Amino acid sequence: MQKSIRLVLLVMLLALVSVIPTLAQTNTNNTLVMARAADATGLDPHTQTAFASFRLLELIYEPLVTVDKDLNLVPALAESWKFSDDAKTLTINLRKGVKFHDGSDLTSADVKATFERILNKDTKAAAAANFASIASIETPDDFTVVFNLSTADVPLLTAMSSLNAAIVTEEAAKSGDFKATAIGTGPFKLDSWVPDDKTELSANKDWWGKGLSLDGIEIRIIPDETSIVAALRAKEIDFATLGDPLVASTITDSDGLVVNKVPSISYHVLQLNPSRAPMDKLEVRQAMSCAIDRQEVLDTASLGEGTVTGPLTIPAFALPTDQLFCYTKDVAKAKELMAKAGVPDGFSIKVIAASSEPPTAISEAQTIQAQLAEIGIKVEIESLELNTYVDRWLAGDFDAAVALNGGRPDPYTMYARYWTKAGNLQKVANYIDDTLDELMAKGRAETDPKKRFDIFADFQKHLAEVAPWIWLYNGFDYSAQQSYVKGFVPNPTDSLYSFAQVTLEGKGS
Amino acid sequence: MFRYLLRRLIASVPTLIGVSILIFLAIRLVPGDAITATLGTEAGMLSDEQRASLRSYYGLDRPIVEQYFYWVGEALHGNLGLSIRQGKAVTDLIVDRFPLTLELAVMAVAIALVVGIPLGLLSAIRHNTIIDLIARLFALIGLSMPSFLVGTLIIFILSTIFHVLPNSGNYVSFAEDPSRNLQQLFFPAVTLGFAFSASVMRMTRSSMLEVLSEDYIRTARSKGLPEGRVITRHALWNALIPVVTLIGIEMGYLLGGTFIVEQLFALPGLGRLLVNAIAQREYALVQGVVLFIALNFVIINLIVDVIYSVIDPRISYGSHN
Repeated sequence: MQKSIRLVLLVMLLALVSVIPTLAQTNTNNTLVMARAADATGLDPHTQTAFASFRLLELIYEPLVTVDKDLNLVPALAESWKFSDDAKTLTINLRKGVKFHDGSDLTSADVKATFERILNKDTKAAAAANFASIASIETPDDFTVVFNLSTADVPLLTAMSSLNAAIVTEEAAKSGDFKATAIGTGPFKLDSWVPDDKTELSANKDWWGKGLSLDGIEIRIIPDETSIVAALRAKEIDFATLGDPLVASTITDSDGLVVNKVPSISYHVLQLNPSRAPMDKLEVRQAMSCAIDRQEVLDTASLGEGTVTGPLTIPAFALPTDQLFCYTKDVAKAKELMAKAGVPDGFSIKVIAASSEPPTAISEAQTIQAQLAEIGIKVEIESLELNTYVDRWLAGDFDAAVALNGGRPDPYTMYARYWTKAGNLQKVANYIDDTLDELMAKGRAETDPKKRFDIFADFQKHLAEVAPWIWLYNGFDYSAQQSYVKGFVPNPTDSLYSFAQVTLEGKGS
Repeated sequence: MFRYLLRRLIASVPTLIGVSILIFLAIRLVPGDAITATLGTEAGMLSDEQRASLRSYYGLDRPIVEQYFYWVGEALHGNLGLSIRQGKAVTDLIVDRFPLTLELAVMAVAIALVVGIPLGLLSAIRHNTIIDLIARLFALIGLSMPSFLVGTLIIFILSTIFHVLPNSGNYVSFAEDPSRNLQQLFFPAVTLGFAFSASVMRMTRSSMLEVLSEDYIRTARSKGLPEGRVITRHALWNALIPVVTLIGIEMGYLLGGTFIVEQLFALPGLGRLLVNAIAQREYALVQGVVLFIALNFVIINLIVDVIYSVIDPRISYGSHN
């Protein structure tokens, strides 16, 4: 009996020892292996809204224009563009010699069909509202597209840099069939997509751009970010995107990995609901703004990984925060404003926060709770599962909400949904005044960059002063890579488009 | 025997109907629907009209009773519906994911048996010795360490000390590459099997102790049978009945997917399919997977009953004539 037990134990030990060395498999080929926690939710570029879908589809589909690392517009499928002086006509000259993955040539007909699909109600395109000003599209020749606009609309061009406006073939645009295939013009072709598991892309040898060196990309879904970091340490993967600052900060120099950190244009914000008393009083909102120490929220919730921000996170437009109302904590002033509003003894509100999205939401709410207690406001935190939170948020059913909202490369496209009278998220914002609406309209029509900057500077100052929301900070987008991965340029939009220029020299050595 | 099994199968129908109603209602009572879940806050970009047309497209605007009977009717024809997000049939998704979960469960149970039974046996025979003490300590650790801790420790040790990690989102099925597949499932199976081996060990030990004090064991010994034979032929065989029950229950849970381990080791199993489906409010997918899990439980219970009668011929089912 004892003999057989010893035998069993010996066999087990041998099995364990024999497994370990054979595990070390190194990929020596020229395929970039990347990992991320969440997978795309679909393949139709025009209806996708999840960031995880964007990161995949941006490698396959291309828009007319794109943004560089400073969020400046740069050519993609459009070689050049021109607004008429009244900003009511936009003429686009297409790049010649661009081929779709199915071998067909890109022509103005594809562009026209793409935008007609986006504007078609039945498509339910995510960005349809951004293109509502397009009255008609003309195609004088194969490489020229003319957009006739019903109103002056300068931000239209920035809106065209979104994946939601990526150019698809005329055939796909008309059939609307995006379930199984993805035919774009981008640097990589989709070979296979197994949701929540693995995606395989191969290099598009006919791509118009320069510097494409990879043979392909393999995207693996590893749901747990600490396991992603473990896979990086084990050199099982070359590259990973990371969402949680706490996980990203566990990577140390001794791991031999490179961590990329780029300020995100998404912003953390405390949204007040000015349709509910007493937040309907200007002084109350201002008092709350003065009572909050934004840097402290950032330090406690995100370990200081980020920057205190005003309404605009776009580097070219963001004002220094000292030009904004009450960006230095001032309890005395806050108490004075509370007294003026007739609530010197404070009041009680409920703040909704999603339990995991962003991971820092509850800590942000707790810090705010402590800070507002100093001026007598009792905050109760309602921690909600994400979908429940989203439902309440969309319905505007909250006193206040801790949120992480996405940014856009243009201030108008970023905020037209909230801070214009016609904005479709007005019922979430619950606040609008003539100044905001007028400034947005002016910013939309202005073609001179200097004047646009001034308009949006006023917009930020006004928004901070009327304080319907209390903007807190913007964090970083993180990615990590092995040291042999060269040429990746992190982008504030989180785009992975620069994979087209990545090289893997020295991988596997 | 056959008639008994048939009766049991028929008796399980009300259970399955109950499960189907419960899950159908439960998933709908959770706030949010597939449309908000898929689109997130960005769903605000859709107009109310667009949302309504999406809801009606997915049949979410029909009365709940009508939705239920439609679903059951289709399910009886083998159609569990479509996954909204993946655009694939629910049955296909289950068929895709189940082999991994089954393999993992079998490996975990195998590990638990190979470790748990000998340890329990040894511990019972060497009752109150140092060996018993060590084995019981092992069981205590195994039962008190949650699988996410064991899994995280394994991943940490493998990646920082050995610089390997077989599971980095590159799962290959057994059919594609058996040896790589076994390597990938080995550590997840150890993670699952560790805690389970502890309960198997304790069950074997206590059951053995009880059996060893029975009269017939004394009789066997007094007949002069060698001790090894007494233990293997007479005692162990009888002591295994509660262990089999334990395995049955555990197997049922394991086949329901082992979400935490699948999540940690990036394995595309049934557990992740279900949890993602819940998060995405994929009603049809949640219902289909839960029904499948309930069916598994029913079948495993039947198998356990059959094994009982094999181990102990005194247990027989309905064949008195």
